[in-house]
Amino acid sequence: MSGAILVWVLLAIVAGERGFLSLRGTANYLQVAAELGILAVAVALLMIGGEFDLSIGSIIGGAGMVIAVLSVQYGWNIWAAIGVSLIVSLVVGALNGLLVVRTKLPSFIITLGSLFIIRGLTIAETRGITGRTQVGGVKHVLGYDSAVKFFASTLKIPDPASSRGLDAAFPISIFWWLLIAGVATYILLRTRPGNWIFGIGGDPHAARNVGVPVDRMKVFLFMATAASAWLVATIQVISSGSADTLRGQYREFYAIIAVVIGGTLLTGGYGSAIGAVFGALTVGMVQQGIIFTGVDSDWFQVILGVMLIIAVLVNNFIRKRAAEAK
Amino acid sequence: MKTPIVEVRNISKYFGSVIALNGVSMDLYPSEVMCLLGDNGAGKSTLIKILSGVHRPDEGVYLVEGKEVHFNSPRDALDLGIATVYQDLAMIPLMSVTRNFFLGSELTVGRGLLRRFDVKRAQRIVREELGKMGIDIRDPHQPVGTLSGGERQSVAIARAVYFGAKVLILDEPTSALGVKQAGTVLRYVAQARARGIAVILITHNPHHAYPIGDRFTILKRGRTLGTYTKAELSREEMIRMMSGGEELEKLEEELRAFGDQAARGLANAFHEEELSEWA
Ligand SMILES: Nc1ncnc2c1ncn2[C@@H]1O[C@H](COP(=O)(O)OP(=O)(O)OP(=O)(O)O)[C@@H](O)[C@H]1O
Ligand SMILES: [Mg+2]
Repeated sequence: MSGAILVWVLLAIVAGERGFLSLRGTANYLQVAAELGILAVAVALLMIGGEFDLSIGSIIGGAGMVIAVLSVQYGWNIWAAIGVSLIVSLVVGALNGLLVVRTKLPSFIITLGSLFIIRGLTIAETRGITGRTQVGGVKHVLGYDSAVKFFASTLKIPDPASSRGLDAAFPISIFWWLLIAGVATYILLRTRPGNWIFGIGGDPHAARNVGVPVDRMKVFLFMATAASAWLVATIQVISSGSADTLRGQYREFYAIIAVVIGGTLLTGGYGSAIGAVFGALTVGMVQQGIIFTGVDSDWFQVILGVMLIIAVLVNNFIRKRAAEAK
Repeated sequence: MKTPIVEVRNISKYFGSVIALNGVSMDLYPSEVMCLLGDNGAGKSTLIKILSGVHRPDEGVYLVEGKEVHFNSPRDALDLGIATVYQDLAMIPLMSVTRNFFLGSELTVGRGLLRRFDVKRAQRIVREELGKMGIDIRDPHQPVGTLSGGERQSVAIARAVYFGAKVLILDEPTSALGVKQAGTVLRYVAQARARGIAVILITHNPHHAYPIGDRFTILKRGRTLGTYTKAELSREEMIRMMSGGEELEKLEEELRAFGDQAARGLANAFHEEELSEWA
């Protein structure tokens, strides 16, 4: 959290004059942060539970394509397409989870495999069915208008900083992000499954020995990250009106970085959903803020990498103090 | 006749080609402390992992209160009141005392979607329960990793007792502890026994085993060398059997040849010789 404030202050000083502080600038980075934050909150739960999911970027591409192909190509009502897309995503998440708990291989390896499998399947199937790798025209399908309300509406506020009287548009994804973060925080801190998540990430054997259903929880967590990818995919397809087989690339890494910046340990057992919110906010501010500063945005990835390493070092230091204070 | 609360008959367990247990029988009654003794690799941990539902026996029967059971997970054992504090995995260091205490058996309030972990009440209970055992936890939020080894074991024991354990299994609870802390843990064991709980205690330390134990079962390379009451086994005999027991086999032959009385005298003589070698 202090990291997010620090980044905000820095950007305010460097780019405040150029619109970073304006309402429109704020809406701009909040939108980026929200789409990343939805993923990061789910990934935080999974990582506290001691696992990784590298396949969520590919699920974003696949889930979006399921919606677009079913609705545009086959004329389905968009809600039916969105529903099927959710089911497909949950099945993929469950498969990830089952493979991890059955094979006992690191989830890093299993989901690295599914990253390529899902992306490849998405591209091959889309090309096979439509002959293209992008599908547009979602805005004209049945039920689109009602879907916009849930996934792509915006709250428009006049921006006093705008000389031309433009509005700042805050997308509904911000609401989803905060809602999911609230639910995740509640689950973590105030429910039995929340306590189990800390337990299975801290020490799966110890957790199993006191009766925690470790495998079942892990499968649920993989389903949750897949569902978060589905939500981001839906938001993107509805707001842009199209799907692209390459959507979501690298999102899995951005999400992990946001979670780590938010204080969650790579080794599991410790972390928070609120931290992931601030982590996503930090990444979003840097990604968009860099444009306001006038620095070439190519530098974004450099900054992201540096932030990740610093965050891991800080986290390790904090963990040492927490676990070995005596 | 009383039925044992826990009984195993001719239990065997194989790990590939390793025979960890080979036809072991043992029984346990309420309000007693059974010490499980034997050298490294004798099969002590394997036996208690079967009792606590971590492993399933390959052969033999396992009875709880006279009824045969087949556990699929530690949860099944816990549901019958068989709780285990493990040698290596007692607690999760990064989690708070309260969260550890209730892990897997969280107190909840409310129903359905509103069912939630009652953190306030959990904290109060942890403080009370630990207080009963004379441990003063400054902050129930503090990570278990910041507790000392003895405190950690004590929290684990308090947890098992609180959750209504009828059988408490402790795998080397005192092995990493100094004299004073080991004493604290043994005092909790005695308290648990006084509450009617049956305790199985694994230890390599005869000075911990002998004062607290009511009966002693000695394992060697997956077999049992028998179960003895304290009256049947002097401290010296126990030490000797723990430290190997090769002599015991010789002794048993001689037992057959001589009368019981004579053998007992022989055993003691045998023993004095050995102890003087040590000295
Ligand atoms: N999961 C396992 N897989 C393979 N072999 C095992 C396994 N668990 C135990 N063994 C083997 O079974 C035998 C008995 O081991 P066990 O852990 O029960 O001994 P122990 O009496 O508890 O020893 P210690 O005093 O060192 O704790 C050993 O030879 C051990 O290597
Ligand atoms: Mg052992």
